[in-house]
Amino acid sequence: MTASQWVGRILRPTALIGGVLPGLYLALGVLEITAIDLGANPAEKLEHFTGTTTLVMLLLSLAVTPLRRLTGINALVRLRKPLGLWAFAYALFHMSCYLVFDQSLLWGEIYYEILKRPYITVGFAAFLILLILALTSSAWAIRKLGQRWTTLHKGVYIAAVLGVLHYLWLVKLDTSTPVAFAVVLVVLLWLRRTRAVQPPTPDFARDGIIPTP
Amino acid sequence: MLIRRPPDIRSAEITDERHYLSRREWLTAAGLSAVAIMPERLAAASGRLVQGTDDKPTSYKDITTYNNFYEFGTDKSDPAENAHTLRPRPWSVTVEGDVKKPGRYDLDDLLKGLPAVDRTYRHRCVEAWSMVIPWNGILLRDLINRLEPGTKAKYVEFHTLYDVQQMPMQRSNIMPWPYVEGLRLDEARHPLTLLATGIYGKTIPNQNGAPLRLVVPWKYGFKGGKSIVKIRFVEQQPRNSWQLLAPDEYGFFANVNPAVDHPRWSQARERRIGDFLKRPTLPFNGYAEQVASLYAGMDPKKLY
Repeated sequence: MTASQWVGRILRPTALIGGVLPGLYLALGVLEITAIDLGANPAEKLEHFTGTTTLVMLLLSLAVTPLRRLTGINALVRLRKPLGLWAFAYALFHMSCYLVFDQSLLWGEIYYEILKRPYITVGFAAFLILLILALTSSAWAIRKLGQRWTTLHKGVYIAAVLGVLHYLWLVKLDTSTPVAFAVVLVVLLWLRRTRAVQPPTPDFARDGIIPTP
Repeated sequence: MLIRRPPDIRSAEITDERHYLSRREWLTAAGLSAVAIMPERLAAASGRLVQGTDDKPTSYKDITTYNNFYEFGTDKSDPAENAHTLRPRPWSVTVEGDVKKPGRYDLDDLLKGLPAVDRTYRHRCVEAWSMVIPWNGILLRDLINRLEPGTKAKYVEFHTLYDVQQMPMQRSNIMPWPYVEGLRLDEARHPLTLLATGIYGKTIPNQNGAPLRLVVPWKYGFKGGKSIVKIRFVEQQPRNSWQLLAPDEYGFFANVNPAVDHPRWSQARERRIGDFLKRPTLPFNGYAEQVASLYAGMDPKKLY
């Protein structure tokens, strides 16, 4: 199997299917039909777990390009879209938990919170960016937007920074986990800023296109 | 003096733990399909939200596995996992300050002969979740009367144990140790204020603050010092730990007040453990009738 076949047959299906697992874990926990126990405050657990899963997916999607440069396996780019879409799916789940469990869909209160509480403001902004990126992730949108697509999708860096800030600002005391996310993000951003690794290969916006050498 | 129970929790409403139907059992019994369960549970939660007054005690399991006790870790599940290192007996309590009977007492001697009380109280955490906890213990006022504070004593200070062998997280510097809390003397003497030694008729578990824990039901939960080793009668207002750590977020009085937000989140509503949706938070956690007079003439904004 060539490297690109390996990506297509193993890694990409793993990314596509693997993204279901955190959701499955939560669903089984809520239904209480297995040994999985979400604890005394399942609403809070759903909210926290979907939030961290969003950040994990987002950081994984940002790891694709540095990894591609390090290994020279350009086919890895095909992992970016499933990982990015899973990040959005969990962000949507996370947002829904907040709107329903925390705010009981009281829109006036939600509006106030978005304006008044910085960690909510940045979290909401990150969600909007991911929403726009998800809506423009189709092959059709990529063709339609052309060069502007690449510029637009640089927004993922902003979303990741805001997402990590959101986490850092909301914890009460023990910042060790959000700081760990921040460190990983800084490393990933540094890896793509620096030319130390390899000269950048062109971006292949359209999912699935393998460059010919 | 006859102590009134809080008006809306009658002892008849307290479910015996043996009869408490866990969510798991309820779901199994109901035999609901996967798709039907979520709306059912949400409907149940919102039904309670509307009624607002059925204060069923939280299950023993939830009370003893969802705890803020940073001496054993910062996750809610950490204390239940790690607090086995605490040795609640033998236990001594040092009494200091302006008091006629200072000294280092064995806990059992200190409490001997004081009338035992059982109280089911709402417990409201500053993080906007709440429980209903059937406590057993003594009235703090009975102990204070036994110790006979002097005329200069205006406040009472409570120190949690500081021992890195028994409380491993104290090796980290996330908080200034030991944890210190305090009350004004009249708050401490209020007939609602307890020193708890048990929950649901059992000895208080380590993770809930064994062997001696302060319970002040109209204040946010962090006011309830756990594993108390020192009681000081002082003239100046104590600097409690959370206030030292973040004075803009936590005050001394910390009375439950839905109108005064924590800087980072609203205090208007709370999630009762066991529910998915939140319910309105009551002024003084629903004990306004009993305690509001303690704060007559004070600016309510200063009482957080």
